[in-house]
Amino acid sequence: MAQVIYDHVTKRFDGVIAVNDLNLEVKDGEFLVLVGPSGCGKTTALRCLAGLEEVTSGDIIIGDRVVTYVPPKDRDIAMVFQNYALYPHMTVYENMAFGLKLRKVPKQEIDRRVKEVAEMLGIQDLLNRKPRQLSGGQRQRVALGRAIVREPQVFLMDEPLSNLDAKLRVQTRGELIKLQRRLGVTTIYVTHDQVEAMTMGHRIAVMNQGVLQQLDTPENLYDHPANLFVATFIGSPAMNIFPARVVPGEGTVRLVAGDVTLEAPAEHRNRLAEYREVLVGIRPEDLLVQPGSVATEDRQLRLPVEIVEPLGSETLVHLRGPNGTLVAKAEPHVHFSVGELASVRLRIEHLHAFDPQTELALF
Amino acid sequence: MTTAPASAVARTTALTWRERVRHWMESEPVLAYLFMSPGWIILLLFMSYPFFLGIWFSLTDRMVGLPTGEFVGLRNYRELLHDRVFHLTVINTFIYGFVTVPFKLLLGLLLALLLNQVFPLRNVLRAALLLPWIVPTALSSLAWLMLYDAVLSPFSWLLKNWGLIESNIAFLGSRTNAIISLCVANIWRGTPFFAVAILAGLQAVPQELHEAAAIEGANAVQRFFAVTLPVIKGIIVITTLFSIIWTFADFQLVYVLTKGGPANSTHIFGTFAWQEGIGGAGKLGMGAAVSLYMFPVLAVLSAILLRYVRSQEA
Amino acid sequence: MVGSNRLSSRLLFLYIPLLLFTIFLLFPFYWMLIISLKPNSLLLNMRINPLILTQFTLEHYRYLFTNTDFPRWALNTAIVTFGATFLALTSSILMGYALGRFRFRGGNLAGTLVFLAYLIPPTLLFIPLSQVVARFGLYNTYWALILTYPTFLIPFASWLLMGYFRTIPRELEECAMIDGASRVQAMWRIILPLALPGVLSAFIFSFTLSWNEFLYALVFMGSGQMKTIPVGTVSDLIRADVFQWGPLMAAAMLGSVPVAVAYMFFVDQYVSGLTAGAVKG
Repeated sequence: MAQVIYDHVTKRFDGVIAVNDLNLEVKDGEFLVLVGPSGCGKTTALRCLAGLEEVTSGDIIIGDRVVTYVPPKDRDIAMVFQNYALYPHMTVYENMAFGLKLRKVPKQEIDRRVKEVAEMLGIQDLLNRKPRQLSGGQRQRVALGRAIVREPQVFLMDEPLSNLDAKLRVQTRGELIKLQRRLGVTTIYVTHDQVEAMTMGHRIAVMNQGVLQQLDTPENLYDHPANLFVATFIGSPAMNIFPARVVPGEGTVRLVAGDVTLEAPAEHRNRLAEYREVLVGIRPEDLLVQPGSVATEDRQLRLPVEIVEPLGSETLVHLRGPNGTLVAKAEPHVHFSVGELASVRLRIEHLHAFDPQTELALF
Repeated sequence: MTTAPASAVARTTALTWRERVRHWMESEPVLAYLFMSPGWIILLLFMSYPFFLGIWFSLTDRMVGLPTGEFVGLRNYRELLHDRVFHLTVINTFIYGFVTVPFKLLLGLLLALLLNQVFPLRNVLRAALLLPWIVPTALSSLAWLMLYDAVLSPFSWLLKNWGLIESNIAFLGSRTNAIISLCVANIWRGTPFFAVAILAGLQAVPQELHEAAAIEGANAVQRFFAVTLPVIKGIIVITTLFSIIWTFADFQLVYVLTKGGPANSTHIFGTFAWQEGIGGAGKLGMGAAVSLYMFPVLAVLSAILLRYVRSQEA
Repeated sequence: MVGSNRLSSRLLFLYIPLLLFTIFLLFPFYWMLIISLKPNSLLLNMRINPLILTQFTLEHYRYLFTNTDFPRWALNTAIVTFGATFLALTSSILMGYALGRFRFRGGNLAGTLVFLAYLIPPTLLFIPLSQVVARFGLYNTYWALILTYPTFLIPFASWLLMGYFRTIPRELEECAMIDGASRVQAMWRIILPLALPGVLSAFIFSFTLSWNEFLYALVFMGSGQMKTIPVGTVSDLIRADVFQWGPLMAAAMLGSVPVAVAYMFFVDQYVSGLTAGAVKG
């Protein structure tokens, strides 16, 4: 049983609030990703959990123990740092054995565990090397191994993949997921990369300016963002956002932006009726775009093409929308020319709307 | 979507006092003060305390061997202002501390530029040429004492042998000669320090800058002023200030070579303070006053140095 | 043609100036050496070239060891040097670590004060300090120097080590503390081994500065038995203007050898320390 709980945790540095009243419950065995732009407080939150920063107020609970004032060494956690923090004067073996030695684990037991973990990670041939003799990927594995060999209650990972090159990063990401599922150890993983967050976490906590924005599964986060920040932060390319007037009609509510008029989904009419204006959001893949004019259909718009970005697996089409650019994802092999009119259909059931003042999601 | 979970966990009771103490002891400010305490205790006892004690002494007529002295106000300072030996001491110290600097700097810079070239045995030479700076000054000064000896000086012997002089030079015999001799020995000791400090700076000059300047058609001298000098300027300023401070407050070289003679005409602050306070008369108050006359100059130099170091860090 | 031009320009702009510098800077040591080996009979003979050693003897060195307190001075110097260096290094490692690593109120002020302490010369303090030493009952004991030398060693060494500790990534000790080390264990097992080059520079510096110190040793050590090499040589081997040049130069040689050797072994550490001192303060 190693749940982790942040209970009203606040951390201030010289008057700057890094983490603001954070409440978060991580379940036993869960892989939780803390994600947000740099400076959002995610790393500080992790360091508070590790005991490297003292919380200004609130409590931190690991398992069923309040550890707010417990020094890092007694929290029974292990951490993987962005720069790996391998001890340069020790061999890989000594790096991995260091924590066990400090805990007075018997020598044979240390040896057994180090070798077992080294094998698991495929670094058994590197045990006698010093960190400077290793490649970036090998160092990353050693850092991981050093954490695993301790058999802690919780793994903390602070951007452990960001120093790897793109290809290795994708590969290691997959291995890390498998490893965590296999070991079943509660893991808290900090990253600024929303792709990592989406692919790795059981649940994701999105933070911004010290405040937890939303805590949910990747699917829910993507499909039902709680506010404008989450909506635009998660997903690449980002969700298209534009303001629209709310025009109630006979049995319908229409959203009007410039010369574009959209019929709001029936189930949200009542919600919209309270507003005169909302921010409308639509993800690029929910803009179905085709070159030229196709036979007229309902909800069909015609928008001029500004930029075409063929990415291979898909093509991003930038369209001149009613209020700035709209980005749409198109099939890879369809050809668009800049300047031509494209037909666009919105998947209206995937439309999002946000309160323009509070930026909270209406639907 | 967020939960307020705390109620779910059985709270442990309040921390025991033992845990509180341990927690407090591990906090950064407490550890910082704890770690600094041995150093600060030594500095307070043997640096700050004597400093203020010295100010008090300088206002008394305290003597060596007597338990107390009487408060005399600024009398010691006033007397010194009318003391001919003290006047000479002030002049000597400024010559010794300041006039030698351009020589040390120029020679040091030149030597650094030479040592920055590539040639065989460069590291050996670099190590060997630093010797004047690192061996005990009192002992190397003994060598100079003999080199300056009225009878045995090899300089006199050589010059006589070459027919340039008739009789031996009294290197330490007159005030002018003695001061020049002191300055030469001082330059000898200080030059390597400048050289090595500047050499370290030279090695930080990016080679690409030189190459870029060479492509632009700059000759060696132009490159030195355009590329090298701006990079090593910081080191030169800091090294110079350090050197002035140390030389200004020097003692051993003068003590060994002249002991302030002939006729007390070559004292610097350090040796004069020693003679007044410890060596001759044992007038502790007077000696302390002589030392403290250095303080304004040292304070100004230190302030400049501190500001400069700060600006370099930023 | 080109080759000889290049050679003559190297000769003119490199080798000849270097030769002149070498003569200027090393001649006193050469002189020290030949006088310490020259028989007394030749010393005063002005007819022979004094710069050349025609006969040599170890008599002066023998004299130094049998007829003077030199062995005792050497022992004193070693005791004081190692004592002061050990004390200063221990305090400086702790102080440098605190200044370089911890965030605390007054940290900047403490750093500035240490820097300023580095600039306070012994000549400013020695007179009142002699009375402090006497008051604490330390006069003419090893402690008089072991406790006072650190006043000029600690500021320098702390400053140097502070810079060194700052170059070591913070994550290393954070990781160690999570791995199960206390702050002190992390410092001892992770940071200190990595700061070893810095500690070595601080050691070499403290060693040479203590070995070379003159003024405090002159003032705080009264009897001939307690003197250090520099003070003993200067004050006890020169009696009433009768110079025994041979033993004097032999003592100067022997007194210089330990620092010269220490420094030759660790010249790079010494230079990096020197420039840390010159560049960073």
